[in-house]
Amino acid sequence: MSRTPLDTVEHAAATPDVELPWAELGLKKDEYERVVEILGRRPTGAELAMYSVMWSEHCSYKSSKVHLRQFGEKAPESDAMLVGIGENAGVVDVGQGYAVTFKVESHNHPSYVEPYQGAATGVGGIVRDIIAMGARPVAVVDPLRFGAADHPDTKRVLPGVVAGIGGYGNCLGLPNIGGEVVFDACYQGNPLVNAGAIGVMRHEDIHLAKASGAGNKVILYGARTGGDGIGGASILASETFDDAKPSKRPAVQVGDPFQEKLLIECTLEAFREKLVVGIQDLGAAGLSCATSELASNGSGGMRVTLDDVPLRDSTLSPEEILMSESQERMCAVVEPEKVDRFLEICDKWDVIATVIGEVTDGDRLEIYWHGGKIVDVDPRTVAHEGPVYERPYARPSWQDELQADDANKLPRPETSEELKDQVLKLVGSPNQASKSWITSQYDHFVQGNTVLAQPEDSGMIRIDEETDLGVAIATDGNGRYAKLDPYHGAQLALAEAYRNVATTGARPLAVSDCLNFGSPEDPAVMWQFAEAVRGLADACQQLGTPVTGGNVSLYNQTGEAAIHPTPVVAVLGVIDDVARRTPVAFQEEGQLLYLLGDTREEFGGSAWSQVVHDHLGGLPPQVDLERERLLAEILISASRDGMIDSAHDLSDGGLIQAVVESALLGGKGARLIVPDGLDAFTFLFSESAGRAVVAVPRSEEVRFNDMCGARGLPVTRIGVVDGDTVDVQGEFALPLSELRETHEGTIPALLK
Amino acid sequence: MARVVVDVMLKPEILDPQGQAVQRALPRLGFDGISDVRQGKRFELEVDGPVDEAALARIHDLAESFLANTVIEDFTIRVEEVAEAVK
Repeated sequence: MSRTPLDTVEHAAATPDVELPWAELGLKKDEYERVVEILGRRPTGAELAMYSVMWSEHCSYKSSKVHLRQFGEKAPESDAMLVGIGENAGVVDVGQGYAVTFKVESHNHPSYVEPYQGAATGVGGIVRDIIAMGARPVAVVDPLRFGAADHPDTKRVLPGVVAGIGGYGNCLGLPNIGGEVVFDACYQGNPLVNAGAIGVMRHEDIHLAKASGAGNKVILYGARTGGDGIGGASILASETFDDAKPSKRPAVQVGDPFQEKLLIECTLEAFREKLVVGIQDLGAAGLSCATSELASNGSGGMRVTLDDVPLRDSTLSPEEILMSESQERMCAVVEPEKVDRFLEICDKWDVIATVIGEVTDGDRLEIYWHGGKIVDVDPRTVAHEGPVYERPYARPSWQDELQADDANKLPRPETSEELKDQVLKLVGSPNQASKSWITSQYDHFVQGNTVLAQPEDSGMIRIDEETDLGVAIATDGNGRYAKLDPYHGAQLALAEAYRNVATTGARPLAVSDCLNFGSPEDPAVMWQFAEAVRGLADACQQLGTPVTGGNVSLYNQTGEAAIHPTPVVAVLGVIDDVARRTPVAFQEEGQLLYLLGDTREEFGGSAWSQVVHDHLGGLPPQVDLERERLLAEILISASRDGMIDSAHDLSDGGLIQAVVESALLGGKGARLIVPDGLDAFTFLFSESAGRAVVAVPRSEEVRFNDMCGARGLPVTRIGVVDGDTVDVQGEFALPLSELRETHEGTIPALLK
Repeated sequence: MARVVVDVMLKPEILDPQGQAVQRALPRLGFDGISDVRQGKRFELEVDGPVDEAALARIHDLAESFLANTVIEDFTIRVEEVAEAVK
């Protein structure tokens, strides 16, 4: 084996002309030149590895940063925010001394390459973000998007993703309480696997990622480091430094949920004993990210000896160790006198823990390997001062044509028979059909605190067994709406998640988002992104729900074809007494059905236009955030005061979809009367926002109407819970058994 | 009749949690001197008719597409003669 000399800082300074494979590592020429300028010499291989991975789109947000600033600038005043954007996850005050942290992230590309492990490690990563804040994870949610339901590749990707989420989450003992499953041909080859998690802690337990205090020790703990997920670094290793290396390292990481469970318990025990000064989980960019972020968030100085990192594969080069994305690892900063106790706790949980370095007085991150200094950088230049792009953006030329292609002009059903057939077609279509085949593979109820889970409007978890305080979370996104109008599409995603939380009786508090888009180098995509961010930031400001953090996933495209712009929004809410929650299912025959809100002829981007006409065009439903806020207040008050027994928000599929779901879940039918001023088709299929259907016990009818009247919310009596059919008077009646067969048979048949 | 054995192993760089669990258990149970354990799967396929090149190609196909997940696993195929059944 040929040994080239170790590429130390000294060696790099002495050999300025050595060519490095910066382009292969994804750096642009001007970015590489900036690295050289920052360092005043060529980078070493290890430094290049760190800069290239930390300056990647994924880690640096270089294309999105200029737009994401709005989430901070437009953040509404909120007493609930304890920790905002920039930390591993935002933290929200939910009262009674409790704080909740939550976040949604993407794991899209890995899940396409290897569905099971990609999705599993997505869950693992988001859970580590939660424990890095000092919180105990209590639940996960998974918004998923796949290609066409009947495409052969969906049959490969979907079952793997679902099994991966279930396998990892179930092993960790975390209930999966929400999410979505959407099919659309635009996600073919670019499935969206977003994962969210919620954690709970006491206020005093919040921990931030920073390393301060010279002499404090840096401890790496968890799994050994192997050659996972370092496609790029192997180029450095094989082509430039040592040809004897295996030339291809897998880009796929394999997770070990049992190791992660030990990591959770071990970390929380160390927190409880106040042994930790700073902490960071190792996700994308592994040690490069953890060391540079910990150091730059503290006073800046850190010295690390890479030889001390426990390895699974002794042939790894230092560049590979720095870039490895091996799962289930964390990095803690601990005061010297507490190190022994920290290691003892790790040992008790059978977690490997090693001191790999210490915090220093200076402001340089120095990394050593075999006695040589291979990294000597200002950590801020790696972690925070990466390139920032003002990418050009332009409203695409086809946008006008798309919006002019009005869905309201599509042929509508002309007879009652046709109307009935289209209802059946809708509730049995892959996007509107029951997803229980998928969600029943997740454990919803482990730990015994789950109040609501799929297919409820939001997932709800009890966090205090004495007081019955709980939190609710809903995730929503509609790529079709966002394609028609990214600004309002993003607002509709927020409005729906906000409404979903309120429908279950919880008060919306804060937002996390996962922004999935195509290539930022395409001005049309960049315009969609800019518009969506602007829309979301404006809407968060108006609704008073700050964005606490999230994630951006770009380059979701194959060739020229980008996915629909898909901002997925998670809203977190709080409910003082989970016994007061409102379920979707009809509870009792004879209860009165009321439609809250205004129904207009709005079919652009609707499920009806997709299912019946395979059409996407026109404008999405109007957004009225003040109406959303009022509707939410009514739903929360009605739930608290026991005025409603069930509620369901209206979104894709419109009123009929909501009523069918409530009927099937409750095993009770409904008799519906088309209200004056509306035609049956618009009544059943319109997707106007800001609406919900509630079931009111007769004893509460007057009080409920008075409340809506006093607050100025339009309310229309539309029928009654009754019988074993969904009966639209004067039009058709569908037996629940037939609806159930249609609604519940679709997904199993597709995936058989 | 012949038996074809397909051995499926995780690629060397891929984490093998099961193998690691076994390896960690060994010293606890008093078995020293084992520095690493990797766990795989063995498939025994009883083939009707001769195991000729065509049959092996077919088995290669099925191993590649079904028995192994080649994103994270490697596989090897070998033929094992089966002794006539002995009473």
